[in-house]
Amino acid sequence: MDTFQETIFKLKKYWADRGCIIQEPYDTEVGAGTMAPETFLRVLGPKRYNVAYVQPSRRPADGRYGDNPNRLYKHQQLQVILKPTPADVIDQYLGSLEAIGIDLSKHDLKLEEDNWESPTLGAWGIGWQVMLDGMEITQFTYFQQCGGVDLDHVPAEITYGLERIVSFLQGKESVYDIEWAPGFTYRDVRYFDELQQSVYNFEAADVPRLWRLLGEYEAEAQRLVDGYRAEGLADADKRRFPLLSAYDNVLKCSNLFNLLDARGAISVTERVGVIARVRKLAVGVAQAFLDQEKYREVA
Amino acid sequence: MNIPFLLEVGTEEIPDWMIPGALDHLRAKFPGENVRVDATGRRLVVRADVAERTPDREEVVTGPPANVTGKALDGFCAKQGVTADQLSVAETPKGKYWSFTRKIAGRPAAELLREEIPAVIQSIPWPKTMYWPSLGGPRFIRPIRWIVALLGAEVVEFEFAGVQSSNVTYGHRRLGQRGPLTVTVSDYEQVLDSNFVIVSAEKRRAKIEAEVAAVAAAKGLRVKEDAKLLEVLTYITEYPTAILGSFDPSYLTLPAEVLVTVMRHHQKYFSVENAGGTLAPHFIAVMNIPSDPEGHVVNGNERVLRARFNDARFFYDVDQKRPLAEREEDLSHVTFQAKVGNYLEKTARVAALAGELGGEKAAAAAHLCKADLTTEMVKEFTDLQGIIGGLYAKAQGADPEVARAIYEHYKPLSMEDSIPSTLAGQALSVADKIDTLRSCFSVGMIPSGSKDPFALRRAAQGVVKILAEGELRVSLDTLCAGDGKLLAFFRERVEYYCREVRGYAYDEVNAALAAGYGDIPDALARLAAIREVRPTENFEPIAAAFKRMKNILEKAPDLMPGAVEEGRLLEIERVLWSYVQNLPDSGDYPPRLWSMAMMRPHVDMFFDEVLVNDPDPKIRENRLRLLQGLIGKFSSIADFSEIVTN
Repeated sequence: MDTFQETIFKLKKYWADRGCIIQEPYDTEVGAGTMAPETFLRVLGPKRYNVAYVQPSRRPADGRYGDNPNRLYKHQQLQVILKPTPADVIDQYLGSLEAIGIDLSKHDLKLEEDNWESPTLGAWGIGWQVMLDGMEITQFTYFQQCGGVDLDHVPAEITYGLERIVSFLQGKESVYDIEWAPGFTYRDVRYFDELQQSVYNFEAADVPRLWRLLGEYEAEAQRLVDGYRAEGLADADKRRFPLLSAYDNVLKCSNLFNLLDARGAISVTERVGVIARVRKLAVGVAQAFLDQEKYREVA
Repeated sequence: MNIPFLLEVGTEEIPDWMIPGALDHLRAKFPGENVRVDATGRRLVVRADVAERTPDREEVVTGPPANVTGKALDGFCAKQGVTADQLSVAETPKGKYWSFTRKIAGRPAAELLREEIPAVIQSIPWPKTMYWPSLGGPRFIRPIRWIVALLGAEVVEFEFAGVQSSNVTYGHRRLGQRGPLTVTVSDYEQVLDSNFVIVSAEKRRAKIEAEVAAVAAAKGLRVKEDAKLLEVLTYITEYPTAILGSFDPSYLTLPAEVLVTVMRHHQKYFSVENAGGTLAPHFIAVMNIPSDPEGHVVNGNERVLRARFNDARFFYDVDQKRPLAEREEDLSHVTFQAKVGNYLEKTARVAALAGELGGEKAAAAAHLCKADLTTEMVKEFTDLQGIIGGLYAKAQGADPEVARAIYEHYKPLSMEDSIPSTLAGQALSVADKIDTLRSCFSVGMIPSGSKDPFALRRAAQGVVKILAEGELRVSLDTLCAGDGKLLAFFRERVEYYCREVRGYAYDEVNAALAAGYGDIPDALARLAAIREVRPTENFEPIAAAFKRMKNILEKAPDLMPGAVEEGRLLEIERVLWSYVQNLPDSGDYPPRLWSMAMMRPHVDMFFDEVLVNDPDPKIRENRLRLLQGLIGKFSSIADFSEIVTN
């Protein structure tokens, strides 16, 4: 029986063998692997790109103080982006399941319609949730739009829920009982992360300060987006313009929004407004980034 | 001669619910005879018999007018590829024209199919499409990966969505032979069958049905019938097999509705009952492989269900910490509709109306009925709103009738669904729906065409069904409170109900509703009387006579109102008039319609012997008033001129 880390190694090797760059997790808080720039920005534009990475993903409202066997504040996604999508993409995906020891002739695998959309990112795609013996183990999406822009190449986004897959493989009722590394359980590695972050998200976070921070990061992101758009910016300056930094600020906003939401600090009416603010920034960065493509070509 | 044809469009998994519509389209649009369609999620299949060649035919081509000669005529000939001596002059309704008959040779079927199939596939109306692999690429519901197109032994060669047609298909994703399978028209189904794909949806459906029943019977259990789930499972599997799983009976303390929803909606399981009709701690799943010898699939599904039921138990326990009664005020944070306001405001309006309609218990139920929107359970299982409220109210000690009214207040969800079982429940359901309708109409959110985002038609239809079938007596006029647009909106809903649920004919409905539709039970009583009397020999002739009278009156729009002067009437008219006047103005409808029908000899004689348009305007006017009075006598029952007669 493979450990959590061993399964990750195998998946990474599997995709590396199929031409994927193996990236490391992004170092700013994100709610999903999709939000990491390796997905959100790389799917834009005409360049081909294949990449796989594990992305710890934070969902403050889903925290359960480490008490719930299936719900986590932070879970690990293995994100694969294949741009453009090869014609045998589903076979490749099924092969990856076999590579980690799932004999698909003995298990029930179904692809059930599940289209993905993120109003916050101006992004949507068509796809499925992959069900294995009744459990959702993967989200499979053909991206169609990102940052409000039709994509040049339709990427396949394959998002594995690693805790679910490994608890399935190891036959564990609780994610905390998963063997992460020999002699170490998921609980040993992550319990206090879950407990303390739940306390922070639900009880301790300073709401007025989070609102202020949201405003600050928003202003910084907006300043940069506006700066890129400003008239008279020389080509050479466009090329070095820090849009990637602008995007980091957008990610900060998104995480702060999720924190405030978990804290119960956002009313229904405000919610729509804040989502619109973050969307404006995300779409602004995406479109600027797409424009910057032509300057990146220049050596 | 006809040749058998086979088309298989191989795709990635198409959403199950879209497949029947796509098949209907293919059946209707596909050329050929004896068209049969089939599908799994991964393949759309058309089989048909196609004529080897289309028949030869002739086409008459009309040219310039016959008086045209010279260069203009030469031009026509050159364009059409004929010589002037092949032309003749044809007589047409517009005059004489040059024309000739062109012989068009029939075409081989392969050629025709090559042209038509791509267009037919492309024209399938999918609710949502995608493009792949790049911008400007083909659009379809999901990527197409292979196409089989065989006419007899030959491949019909074409390219669609970047895929070249061939005689190669693929079997089950992970069973049988991996990689391409070569097929012929005759062995297609058999080759796939031995590679774990049952092409026929009917066979898959029957297999599921039989196995589900057998699996349940083996445990002495009964399956909860679920035609929709059966349909879903038929189209998300290629080789369906039913298996029985179990869960810890301790979860049975949770509301059965919650357990069933988890099993049905989230896990696509059939739930099963004991002989006594109570939920049993088992479920039946349908997998897409033929067997589960090592129990992996059962174990996996049981594990998932356990996690889901644990969540449900957690939600239930958390929800009980704050009773519904305390949650009413929280509804001020829940938006009902941005332009209309929040659920707390809605609750107050609904409570006032429900109280008027159904008394104290209806009002008490109204105060609690939306509070479940703030519970964890409803946030997770939105389909259970109302039901959860009713269950919680009962568990929290509410009056049983109040709890039942809450439980049932979204009913009827469709025309097949039953209405709330108590007066309080009916009053609450009507009050809730009417409030939604009034509120939306008041801010101009009125359904038009296929656009009805707030399901207002369904709400109105529910109101009609309750008023038609329940004990609650209130007229639509009262409920619409002076909103003419809303009242008019209801007319269509009442018509629909009378026709589709009660089976009345169009003309009967039009006739009866023309006399009013606000009081729905009354309208239905009038319709029942019409249906009773209609087959009798005098009814339709009388209806035809009414139409004649109405036409005559329409030609005299300036007729002043006034009484019929008996002194000016002929004997025939006097008999008719006294017959009419002696009829009752109220009472049961059937005897009144019988009497109306029996008036026929007098009416016939009137039209045979009497000229309405008498030269003497006084007499004419008097006769018109007689007809007006006659029609008026029955106008509160129906407008019989709407009845379609031979």
